[in-house]
Amino acid sequence: MGAEVLAGVALGALLVAPPFLPPYFLEILISVMLFGYLGAAWNILGGYAGQFSFGHAAYFGIGAYTSTLLFLNLGVTPWLGMLAGGVLAAVYGLFAGYLSFRYGLRGPYFSLVTLAFAEMLRVVAVNTKAVGSSIGLVIPNREPAPLNFVFAGKLPYYYVILAMALGAVWITRLLARSKLGYSLLAIRENEDAAEAAGVDALGMKLRAMALSSFLTALGGTFYAQYFAYIDPTITFGPSVSIQGLLQAIVGGAGTVLGPLIGAFVLTPVSELSRAAIRGRAGVDVMLYGFVLILVISFLPNGIMGWVRKRR
Amino acid sequence: MYGLVAFGLSLIFGVLRIINFAHGAVMMLAMYATYWLFTLLKIDPYVSIVITGPAFFVLGMVIQRVVIEPNRFAAEHNQLLLTLGLALFLENLALVLWQGDFRTVRPSYANASFDLGGALVEVPRLVACGGAIVVAVVLFAFLKLTDVGKAIRALAEEPEGAMLMGIDVARIRAVAYGIGAGAVAVAGALVTPFFYVAPDVGESFNIMAFVVVVLGGMGNFVGALLGGFIVGLAESLGATLLPGSLKQLVVFALFVLVLLFRPAGLFGGGRGR
Repeated sequence: MGAEVLAGVALGALLVAPPFLPPYFLEILISVMLFGYLGAAWNILGGYAGQFSFGHAAYFGIGAYTSTLLFLNLGVTPWLGMLAGGVLAAVYGLFAGYLSFRYGLRGPYFSLVTLAFAEMLRVVAVNTKAVGSSIGLVIPNREPAPLNFVFAGKLPYYYVILAMALGAVWITRLLARSKLGYSLLAIRENEDAAEAAGVDALGMKLRAMALSSFLTALGGTFYAQYFAYIDPTITFGPSVSIQGLLQAIVGGAGTVLGPLIGAFVLTPVSELSRAAIRGRAGVDVMLYGFVLILVISFLPNGIMGWVRKRR
Repeated sequence: MYGLVAFGLSLIFGVLRIINFAHGAVMMLAMYATYWLFTLLKIDPYVSIVITGPAFFVLGMVIQRVVIEPNRFAAEHNQLLLTLGLALFLENLALVLWQGDFRTVRPSYANASFDLGGALVEVPRLVACGGAIVVAVVLFAFLKLTDVGKAIRALAEEPEGAMLMGIDVARIRAVAYGIGAGAVAVAGALVTPFFYVAPDVGESFNIMAFVVVVLGGMGNFVGALLGGFIVGLAESLGATLLPGSLKQLVVFALFVLVLLFRPAGLFGGGRGR
C-alpha cells in the first residue's frame, strides 16, 4: 500500500518536475532513464530467464546503426528506423540465441558466446567503410523536426526516454504475470525440472531473447538521435553490455522496478564522482566496478532483494 | 604467448570454477609494474620478472582471500560479475592513476632481429615465446611433482574429495589464484618490450585468453598451451587473408564454433556444459 503511494508520487515528480530543472540535472535524468531502460531490457533475459548476456551491445548497436543509416542514406525517419532496428536486432538475437540454446550453452558459456557475438559486430563495423568504419557516423542538420526524431532542447528527449523506460517497466510487469514470465522463472531456477514439467525451454528463452534484443535496439536509436553521433566502440563495445546489466544487478535482477532503481542509484554516483574529480577519466567506471563488487558481496539480490527481505 | 596468459586462466578456472574476467586487468597491472621498474629504476623487463612474478603471486592470493573467497557460495553468475567488477575497478584505477596514454618500454634490444631462412625473427618475440615455454614447463612440473601442486590438481578434479582428504581448500585456492596471477605477470613482463602499455591493454589479451582456454578445454593446462598456439596461428592466418583488424573476426568465429560444438575443448578433459 505504502509502496504504491510512493511509486505514484515518484511518477508524478518525474512527469511534472523536469521543465523546472536546470539543464545539468535534466541531462542526468535522461541518462538515468536511458540506462534504466537498457537495464529493464536486459532484465527480461538476464533477470527473468536467468540467461546472463554479456553482449547486449550487439542489439544496442544494431538499433543505433540501422536507424541512422536508413536516415542518412534513404531519408527514412528514425521513428521507422527504430522499429526496423528493433526487428533486425531481434533477428540477430534469435540467431545467436538459437545457436547457443540449441547447443545447450548455459551459465558462463552463454555469457561468453554473447560477448563474442557482440565483438564480431564491433570488428565488422570498425572495418566497414559504408558504415563509417572506426570514425563513426554523424547525424548532420539538426534543425528541430519532431517527425525525424530531432527536437529543440533536451526536454522532449527526456519525455521520449521516460515514456520508453515506463513502457519497458510496464512490459516487464505484464511479463512477470504471464505464462511466459512464470515459465522463464522456472527455467531460471531449474531448467531440467522445468522441461520435465512440460515447459518449452528453448521456445521460452528465444521469446525472452527476441523481446529483450528488440527493446535494447530501440534504446540504441534513442542514443543515436540524442547524441547525433555513433561509433563502433560506443555502440558495440563491451561497456554498453556491462552498463545494461549493471543497472539490473544493482537494482535487483528479476524484479519489475529493479533496473530503474539501479539506474537512479548508479548514474548520480558516476556523475557526482566525475564532477568531483575533474580531468581524470575513469573515476566513474572505477566506482562502478567497486559498487559491483560491494553489491555482489553484500546484496547478492540487489537493492530490491534487500528491500523485500526487510519487509 | 597467449598460451601462458591462458594457462593462468585455465588454472584458476580448474580450481576455483570461476571464469576470471579480472585476468587481463592483472596482466595490465604487471605490464605497468614492468614499465615503472624500467623507467624509474632502470631494471630490465626480463630481470624484473624476479620482482613482479612473486609480487603478483602475493597480490593474487590477496585478491582471492579478500574479494573472491567470501563469495564462494554465491551463484555462478554472481562470481562472474564479481571478477568483472574487479576488472572494471583495476582497469579504471590504472586509467585514473596513469591516464590513457600508450607507454612503451624500449630496451636496447627492442628492435633487434635476425634473418632465419628468409623470415625476419624479432629477438624480443623469440624471448617471449621461449620464456613462455620455460615458465609453462616449470609450472607443469610444479603441478605434477610437488605436494601443493598435487593438492591443486586434486581440488580441480574433486573438490569435496580433496576437502575430505584434509587439504586446506581455502589456502590451496588462494595459492592457485596466486600462481595464475604470477603467470600472467610473467607474461606481461615478457610482452612489454614489443607491446604498448595502456589501461585497457589487458582486455584484448583477456578475450584471447578466453578463446584459448575454451579451445584447449577449461581446466586443461596442456590444452591451454596448445590452444594458445592455435589462436596465434588463426590470428596470423586471418591477418594475411583479411584487411585491417578483421583478423580478430577469425578468432571470434573460431571461439563461437568451439563453444557451440566442442564446449569441453578440442582436446577434451575440460568440463563443458
